[in-house]
Amino acid sequence: MAGGAGVRPDVRPSSWGRISAVMLRQMYLYKRTLHRWLEAVYWPVLDITLWGLLSTYIADTDPSSRIGFGLLGALISWDILFRAQQSVSVGFLEDMWSRNVLNVWSTPIRAWEYVGGTVLVGIVRVTLGAVIAIAIAGFAFGFNFVVEVGLPLIPCLLALLLMGWAVGVATTAAILRLGQGAEELAWALGFLFQPFSAVFYPVDVLPSWMRGIAFFVPASHVFEGMRAILLGDAGLPVRELAWAFAIDLLYIAGAAWVFSWSLRQVRERGLLSRFGE
Amino acid sequence: MSDVEEPPVLQVEGLTKRYGDLTVVDDVTFSVRAGETVGILGPNGAGKTTTIHMILGLVTPTAGTVRILGRDPHHDRGALEQVGFTATYVSLPQTLTVRENLRVFARMYGVRNAEDRIADLVERLKITHLADRPTRHLSSGQATMAHVAKSLLASPRLLLLDEPTASLDPDAADRARQQIKRIVAEEGLTQLITSHNMKEVEEMCDRTLFIRDGRIVAQGTPAELYARFGASGLEEVFLTIARNEEVI
Repeated sequence: MAGGAGVRPDVRPSSWGRISAVMLRQMYLYKRTLHRWLEAVYWPVLDITLWGLLSTYIADTDPSSRIGFGLLGALISWDILFRAQQSVSVGFLEDMWSRNVLNVWSTPIRAWEYVGGTVLVGIVRVTLGAVIAIAIAGFAFGFNFVVEVGLPLIPCLLALLLMGWAVGVATTAAILRLGQGAEELAWALGFLFQPFSAVFYPVDVLPSWMRGIAFFVPASHVFEGMRAILLGDAGLPVRELAWAFAIDLLYIAGAAWVFSWSLRQVRERGLLSRFGE
Repeated sequence: MSDVEEPPVLQVEGLTKRYGDLTVVDDVTFSVRAGETVGILGPNGAGKTTTIHMILGLVTPTAGTVRILGRDPHHDRGALEQVGFTATYVSLPQTLTVRENLRVFARMYGVRNAEDRIADLVERLKITHLADRPTRHLSSGQATMAHVAKSLLASPRLLLLDEPTASLDPDAADRARQQIKRIVAEEGLTQLITSHNMKEVEEMCDRTLFIRDGRIVAQGTPAELYARFGASGLEEVFLTIARNEEVI
C-alpha cells in the first residue's frame, strides 16, 4: 500500500461530506465521553421523576384534575426544545474548548453545513432524551404522552424543535461574537424564553406586558394548543400551530442573519483567531 | 523550469489589514509558484499569522486580494478544498484518537478512500503506533505529526504551515521537518511556511519573505539575501533587518 508516493487521495468534496464530518466528530465525542451520555439521559430522568411525583400528588389530591398530566407533557416538550437549542450551541462550544475552531473554519465548510451537522446530531440526542422521558412517564406514572396528545404531537414537537434550533443558532452567534466568556449563554438563553413560553401555565396568567412578548414566542402557541388537548378534548390546534410555525420562520431567518453577521464581524475584526489561543 | 509560466498556486496582491489606526499587514504582495516552498520570516507581531489567516479566509482583509489557483477564498470557500493548514496554536479534539480525528477531517475535505490514505500517511509520518491513541496522550512532537497528517489528508495543492515546529525540541523539530519535506517532495506540494527558526527556513524554503511592521522588507533566495545583506546565514539577515531601520 504505502511506498513511493504513497496512496493518493480520491478527493470529491461535497456538502453532505462536510455535514457528516461535523456529525462524526460529535458522535466520536459521545462514544469517548461517558458523561455526555449521562448528561443526555440524566436530566430527563431526574426531571420526569420529580415532576411525575408532583403530578401523582396532584392527582391524589384531586382525582378529577388532569393538571398533573398537563405538567408532565409540558415538561417533556420543554426538554425537547431546550435540548435542541443546546445541541447546536454546545456543538460549537466543543470545538472552542478543544481549540479546534480554526481547524474547522480553515476547511471549505460553509456556515450552514456546520449548523446542519450540529442540528442532525441534536435530533439523535433529543430523540434519546425524549424516548426515555416518555417511557418513564408511561411506565412509572401511567401517563402515555404519545397517546394522550395523539397525532397533533408531531407538528407540535416540530414547531418546538424549529424554535430550539433557531435559538441555538442565535446563541452560537453570540458566543462566536463575544468569545469564550459568553459560553454561559448556551445554558441561559433558552431559559430566558421559558417564562414567556407558557410551559406550565396558560398565557392568561401572565401580566399584560408579558403576554405581548409571549405572543412572539412560538413555544407559547404550541404549549397553549397542547394544554388544550391534554386538559380537555380539543383536537389539532390549527390556529396556534399556524402562529407557531409562522413565528418559527421569522426566528430561523433572524438566527441565520445574526449568525452570518457574527461570522462576518469576527472575520473583519480578526476575532476568529482568538479561538486558537 | 519550462519556458511557459504556470499561473501561481497562491497570488497575494496589496493585502492590507487595519484595526482602527493600527496597520497589521500593509500592502503585502507576493506569489507562490507550483512546487515552490516559500518562508515568511519576521519578528513577533510582524503580521505573519494575520497574513496566513487572510489567505485562509479567517480574517477579512481591509484591502487587497488573495487567489488560490485563481479562486478567492473570501467569496468562494471551495478555494479551500486545495489548502491544507496547521499551526502550533491549534489543536485536534483531545478525546478523539488520531485516526478518528483524521477520519473527521478526511470527510471535511471529501477524501473518499480515507482509511487507505490515513493508513498511508501515518505510516509515512511514522506515527502508525499512535493512530489509535487519544490525542491528549500525545507528546508535542507526536501531536505535531498528527496535525501535519491532518493538513496532508487531501494532498492539497497549497500547504500552509504556521510555525509548525515552534513547540518542539530541536530533535523532534528536525524529525518533523524531514518527514514533511519528504512527503511534500513525493506529492509535489506547494508550501508557505512561517517560522522563527532560521535553520528551518534555510533548510525547507526556496525563497524567503521578511516581514516587519506588516510590510515585506526583503525577499529572495537564501543566496540573494546573503549577498544583499553581506551575511552568512538567515539569522544574520534577520537580525540586520529586525534591528536596523536603515537597511530597508
